Amino acid sequence: MSTMNTVGRPTTPNALPDNDYKHPTLTGARGLLQDEALIFEGDGWNKTGVDLPKPSTDGSDLGDLVRKDPIGLPGLSEPEAMRHYVRLSQKNHAIDLAIYPLGSCTMKHNPRLNEKMARLPGFSDIHPLQPQSTVQGALELMDQLAHWLKTLTGMPAVALSPKAGAHGELCGLMAIRAAHEAKGEHEQRRKVLVPTSAHGTNPATAAFVGYSVVEVAQTDDGRVDVADLAAKLGPDVAAIMVTNPNTCGLFERDILEISRLTHEAGAYFYCDGANFNAIVGRVRPGDLGVDAMHINLHKTFSTPHGGGGPGAGPVVLSEALAPFAPAPWVVNTGDGYKLVEREEDEAAQAFGRLCAFQGQMGMYVRALSYMMSHGSDGLRQVAEDAVLNANYIKARLEDLMSPAFPEGPCMHEALFDDEWLKGTDITTLDFAKAMIDEGFHPMTMYFPLVVHGAMLIEPTETESKQELDRFIHAMRLLAEAAKAGEVERFKGAPFHAPLRRLDETRAARAPRLRWSAPEGSNIAAE
Amino acid sequence: MRYLPLTPDDRDAMLAAIGAKSIDDLFVDVPQAARRDGFVDLPRVAGELEVERALSAMAGKNATAGTVPFFCGAGAYKHHVPATVDHVIQRSEFLTSYTPYQPEIAQGTLQYLYEFQTQVANLTGMEVANASLYDGSTAMAEGVLMATRVTRRNKAVISGGVHPHYVKATETVVHAVGVETEALTAAVDAEDAVIAAIDKNTACVVVQTPNVFGTATDVTKIAEAAHAAGALLIVVVTEAVSMGLLKSPGEMGADIVAAEGQSIGNALNFGGPYIGLFATREKLLRQTPGRYCGETVDADGRRGFVLTLSTREQHIRRDKATSNICTNSGLCCLAFSIHMSLLGETGLRQMALLNHEKAVATRDALAAIPGVEILTPRFFNEFAVKLPKNAADVVQTLADHHILAGVPYSRLAPEAGLDDVLLVAATETTLDADIKILAASLAKVLAA
Repeated sequence: MSTMNTVGRPTTPNALPDNDYKHPTLTGARGLLQDEALIFEGDGWNKTGVDLPKPSTDGSDLGDLVRKDPIGLPGLSEPEAMRHYVRLSQKNHAIDLAIYPLGSCTMKHNPRLNEKMARLPGFSDIHPLQPQSTVQGALELMDQLAHWLKTLTGMPAVALSPKAGAHGELCGLMAIRAAHEAKGEHEQRRKVLVPTSAHGTNPATAAFVGYSVVEVAQTDDGRVDVADLAAKLGPDVAAIMVTNPNTCGLFERDILEISRLTHEAGAYFYCDGANFNAIVGRVRPGDLGVDAMHINLHKTFSTPHGGGGPGAGPVVLSEALAPFAPAPWVVNTGDGYKLVEREEDEAAQAFGRLCAFQGQMGMYVRALSYMMSHGSDGLRQVAEDAVLNANYIKARLEDLMSPAFPEGPCMHEALFDDEWLKGTDITTLDFAKAMIDEGFHPMTMYFPLVVHGAMLIEPTETESKQELDRFIHAMRLLAEAAKAGEVERFKGAPFHAPLRRLDETRAARAPRLRWSAPEGSNIAAE
Repeated sequence: MRYLPLTPDDRDAMLAAIGAKSIDDLFVDVPQAARRDGFVDLPRVAGELEVERALSAMAGKNATAGTVPFFCGAGAYKHHVPATVDHVIQRSEFLTSYTPYQPEIAQGTLQYLYEFQTQVANLTGMEVANASLYDGSTAMAEGVLMATRVTRRNKAVISGGVHPHYVKATETVVHAVGVETEALTAAVDAEDAVIAAIDKNTACVVVQTPNVFGTATDVTKIAEAAHAAGALLIVVVTEAVSMGLLKSPGEMGADIVAAEGQSIGNALNFGGPYIGLFATREKLLRQTPGRYCGETVDADGRRGFVLTLSTREQHIRRDKATSNICTNSGLCCLAFSIHMSLLGETGLRQMALLNHEKAVATRDALAAIPGVEILTPRFFNEFAVKLPKNAADVVQTLADHHILAGVPYSRLAPEAGLDDVLLVAATETTLDADIKILAASLAKVLAA
């Protein structure tokens, strides 16, 4: 079979056995895929899976503070726990299984060296408030990470503590606000300009910090409309928030003009750095006139997303904003490292503190491990391969699907609209669900909002050509099936996932957010 | 560059397929003035061995909690985590999965989030819990903002027993939108002052129990006073294990619980990643921040789980969203949930009692030292002592002798003038021998 040699996956739809969803099993299980009850539905109400010594106290000195009623927490023995979670795990897609082409989310290989390093007791088993003399290595690591981030971005300062990308946005805008306050201009500058293509977190963050949000139009080629931006900039604008490369997967060609105009108007340039992996090592945001930019360590520098988090969102800052960085931060005193925990301790004007402790140490270790593994040469290659992979996907699919912005190269992600599905009765959602049957996680759907029926594909730099070809092959077969009118294949999909299409409307209309004991049962829970 | 799979031949073939002559053709949109040739001034590619050596060297310079007598708490606690927990969270399908946007192939994540939400709701004694926030301090800030939305009032009264870093983190966020805070003077038992501070502008009252000095309190009276004034009660808990022994915040009348879940399943990690627990009453659900997993059915009528209530979230509501949050502490939730599943109610209660027992033994040992005054009347696993010397100096001296004796209160809030106060925590990991060493060494330092 010749296709096998070139793309690695030979199957045509006809070669599949008859769809097995038509033959339900007696137990509901699907082969090795077990139906797994909730931990609350077993017999664990008096069990425990840990061996602890018997306490000699009964807590009686706490009197009426002691909890008397049942809490409602079942226990599992160790083998039961193991099976419960391993069975659950088998119902998840993961980057270690196959490409995760979510655009704007950047799922790349998660090296296990990073995990091993983060679990060294010297990093994982230290307390945030130990005397600083006993955590010099941890502070050194934070200082090293800061050095790498500053060097790669060409920015003079960094605030490490934000705990996620959106938390970083908050940090950046608060620094901007503090800078305007210091200049006595805060009362007059109450607006933040945000392009329509921005991540939803951008306008939400600006509003969160008390600004009113003004949208900036987009040009037909998917970039910030500079004329519209210029018209809206003025003495009432505190900042602009621009994602670059943007969420259409494009580099803002007029970026230097955008930053010049912004600064001329006395405003600051916040850059959403979620897509830094597309330019790392090749372009320094500092050279673009950026004043503040968060870096999603979990995206660009590969820390695992773990089903949603935790993340880390350090913010690099320009000379103008550096004094306002939040506490705490690390300084190298020459004969050791010092953690400055309060703004009063140094000549700084920190806008405050963003979280209880130093931020995401576990992520710092993973990110530095990833950076050191690549080095300056490898990181430049990261950007090149990420961009090459995205353009390859775009080039290999553009004859069948419709790229949203066909002219010129894309950066790290390829964006299609649903123009090519017109007349098929198949939606972006249907197409995405059919991808699941073919063994792939769907791309990002319906984002960015500026493109109708958007399909945003981001392969990242850690996909091989072989995996890309396998993905492209499946996408092409699906696109051809869609155009050939095989509507059933799409409308009912997925047929081969642990569950069929889930009713999301029902979940939102009458929310059931926790298990509760069936009526009439005498289970310990409420 | 072992993480990059493309070969030079692959790159050539792909460029040809694209119709580009060189990689530079793909960067044409970058203005000439912003392009950089060559490499930035950082070390070059390093092999696994090399990176491991460099990072291990840094790790080796730190004194780890598991190797010395260790009594630090104040918002982060050393507990024993069963080996199963870390093993399971490192399974590829959990570790390397993304936010469960495609529920059909993310039921593993979604089911554990649903179980987690139930565990947290039951533990806190509340009706609903979300799928976690960044940490306890950011959960408190979100709680205050939520209370101002619910009550349409503008002021938060914060007890003097709340962790000073939590207060700072909250003030940073809420002051930006014009919410006022009245943070009361630090006090071991601060509860009467809280009631006195409530007025008609009060959106919420924030209390912590056990508080930063370790004091465990029944906050029912504060809840009543807050409710009588039309305000909400936010209860902060920094030591989640305490809820296994003490009356739950829900039982005492809390409207919102903002807790740190690090204690269960998660390592100290020098401050992060941690896991913010956020629970509330069902009627306030639509005003909450963060993610939720909800139950539903699939096309065949089988039970399944999805992310839900997203109409509150930033990707739908943009500048009208309840918060800008776009993530949760997914993997930390999993660790919490596995550890909790292993403990069960029986194990959690036993572990909580052990914590209390070790702390009582530590208190008794320290109380016998001349000059040491125990400040905290009733506590769970942490208490405050007054020393005849500067607490930070004492802690540093003991650290120089490889004893981590606790957290000086001045480290958290130097402006409070409590330079002689030391916060001491013990957990089930505290050995009797550790307590003896601490007491003997402290006696020696104080006598010197």
